[in-house]
Amino acid sequence: MSGRALNSAQKLAVSRAQSPHTSMFFRMLVRAAVLRRGRAASALFAMVVAAAVATAMLNLYVDVQAKLRREFRNYGANIILVGRDDASLPADALSQVESVLAGRGVAAPFALIVARTSDGQPVVVAGADFDRVRQLDRWWSVSNWPSAPQQALIGVRAMSVVSPKNQPFGLSFRGQTLQFTPAGTLRTGAAEDSRVYLSLPDFVSWTGVQPSTIEVAATGSPEEITAIMRQLERAIPSADVRPVRQIVEGEARVLGKTRATLLAAAALIILTAALCVLSTLLGWVFDRRRDFAIMKALGASDRLLNGFFAAEAAALGGAGAVIGFVLGIGLAAWIGRVNFHTPVVPRFSVLPFVLAGGIVVTLLAAILPISLLRRVQPAVILRGE
Amino acid sequence: MFVRLVYESFRRQKRRKALAAVAITLGVTVATAMIAVATDIGDKINRELRTIGANILVTPQEDTLDLEIGGVNLKPPSDGAFLNEADLPRIKGTFWHNNITGFAPMLPVSVALEWNGRTENLTLLGTYFAKPVSFGKEEFTTGVRTTHPWWRVSGAWPDDSSRDVLLGERLAARLSAKPGDDLTLSGRQLQVSGILSTGSSEDDQIVAPIALAQEILGKPGAVRRVYVSALTKPEDALARRDPRSMSGPVYDRWYCSPYPQSIAFQLQEAIPHSHAEQIRQVALNEGAVLTQIEGLIFLITLAALSASALAVSAAMATSIFERRAEVGLMKALGAGKLAVASIFFAEAALLALIGGFVGFAAGGLLAHQIGRSIFDSQIAISPVLLPVTLAIAVIVTFAGSAAAIRKAVRLDPVFALRGEL
Repeated sequence: MSGRALNSAQKLAVSRAQSPHTSMFFRMLVRAAVLRRGRAASALFAMVVAAAVATAMLNLYVDVQAKLRREFRNYGANIILVGRDDASLPADALSQVESVLAGRGVAAPFALIVARTSDGQPVVVAGADFDRVRQLDRWWSVSNWPSAPQQALIGVRAMSVVSPKNQPFGLSFRGQTLQFTPAGTLRTGAAEDSRVYLSLPDFVSWTGVQPSTIEVAATGSPEEITAIMRQLERAIPSADVRPVRQIVEGEARVLGKTRATLLAAAALIILTAALCVLSTLLGWVFDRRRDFAIMKALGASDRLLNGFFAAEAAALGGAGAVIGFVLGIGLAAWIGRVNFHTPVVPRFSVLPFVLAGGIVVTLLAAILPISLLRRVQPAVILRGE
Repeated sequence: MFVRLVYESFRRQKRRKALAAVAITLGVTVATAMIAVATDIGDKINRELRTIGANILVTPQEDTLDLEIGGVNLKPPSDGAFLNEADLPRIKGTFWHNNITGFAPMLPVSVALEWNGRTENLTLLGTYFAKPVSFGKEEFTTGVRTTHPWWRVSGAWPDDSSRDVLLGERLAARLSAKPGDDLTLSGRQLQVSGILSTGSSEDDQIVAPIALAQEILGKPGAVRRVYVSALTKPEDALARRDPRSMSGPVYDRWYCSPYPQSIAFQLQEAIPHSHAEQIRQVALNEGAVLTQIEGLIFLITLAALSASALAVSAAMATSIFERRAEVGLMKALGAGKLAVASIFFAEAALLALIGGFVGFAAGGLLAHQIGRSIFDSQIAISPVLLPVTLAIAVIVTFAGSAAAIRKAVRLDPVFALRGEL
């Protein structure tokens, strides 16, 4: 037992003798943290919480735009292409639009005519690509989507005119009469309720009319959407490209206000968290004025003392910021899951800011009391006055 | 003695007290401002969402089908049923009238435009621009300028009692007409007061005060449809139920909630022979966006509250920890644990009350500033929040001090006085 202790003491002495002079500096750093575990831990804890909150807020601030934009795309089209002077769009218009969008949105073609029912009533009949419409116009409340040819989707108001008993019905256009079976009803609360929707192939083979409108829901910032519109104008010169202004403007307003509120909240929270770190660290450093006095009494230079406390603060700030960053990413992901039902993507670009902020706050908290203490004679501190 | 101890401690240790008081004040400020913003954000965002357009459409009950393609109305103008313009002010007499931010009646009619010797058939849309309407004692102004805020006019908006019209942007470009021009519409001399740009079918039409459209149609008081813009609550399971199948209390709850469905139902009751329905594109998505923003701000408010609670606790813990020597002295002179703890708690309570008052006032100002700069409107903070805020400030301060005070009263006076800890 004692032999082993002696052995380890010898080893320690040997390793200390061999180790370079600077290791004293690191040993003091490490021992200070280990011996004053409670105080160091509470300072670190404050730093971690502050960094976590700051990371989560910054992440949300960056991501909320994308999240809300996705939500706004449920409003449907924000760009509409119409054939100039009521002409049909060229046959390859849809594929042109698709190639411009390159996955950044959904496009759905529509064709409209006025047909007559078997008792001579006029009704608007539309041809649509139902798969695309389901993605584009999610607010459509449909009892049953058509799945077979010659099936029609009928607006709730058109139902009483076209097929009051849900029976098969005939529609005629330019002398061509065709029979359709109702598949389901459609309710939107707007003009769609008075229409009959057919699948595009049925519609084209019956009327010979090509789509005259393409509705596009493009995702992206206002600049990206303007760019998409310009590309569409170039790709299909025979079409009039218009923004759906109420959607574009409403989206910009709501997003702007939400982001501004979030920024204000983030600033307030980060300020409070920084204050928390500052007051905890001030106490911690002030508490160690005896260490400071002893080091000074033993002949440490001002530079070494400043360096020591600054290194300690920076290590604490850095470690706290990194741990806090990880926790903050988790917090942001959790908020994303709970609120937006998709996780918030971690932004590593936030890390340098959090790290720099953490180190600056801790340095500030360390340097302030040190500069106060430096003016005091070590003897005064050591005598506890 | 007790009072003197507390008093002297405040008088002599100004720096330490100031630090703790600043922390509490800032914490309460942030908490108050965030609570005020969070309670009001729903209403504010709801109003912003109203810029997307009306969310309820009122049409005649027994109407024929709309025959509208690309904004061109193919239905014979006198065909079908109409609403009566005289019934419209009743919209402001419904249960949720305070939630209705505006309404705009529409009456499209066909007109013959004579311009440069040519005659062209066009659609003229009659509506309210910003018309003063009164219901009972209530006076209000409504029209497309509130319900369709994305409509832009270069020139001047026509007065609702005048016979001036707006020309759609594309129509004006085709005719190369400009504000101030005179034109002849179905035999009437009218003046163009401005050029209207909307981004949709109105760009090819003429928009006029509704009285003019009624005169051209020959049906005074006729209205084809009414767009209503209402502040609503996001739809939930109760909203979707059919009111006819509800029992008494459930029906009352449904009726007295500002769901788009129940507001539409009340509009239908208020206007005879009408059918009101939510415009699903607007109403449904509005609910989704609103829920998400409210949820986000709620979670962030929680984060703000915990951050400020933590800051207060940290400041209190630090300020008590610094006073070990004092505790040692008190204990050496024979003070019991209870006496020491009660002094610290009394100080904490005093600090919390001062910080709470100042913080509440500052938080109110901050919320007001946020409301002004972000939403251009007031965020009011209700005085009811003051006692709640003060209570929370005291509780958080106590909770923050508790651990430090417990440690302080357990301290051995000998070690404390020698400074060995």
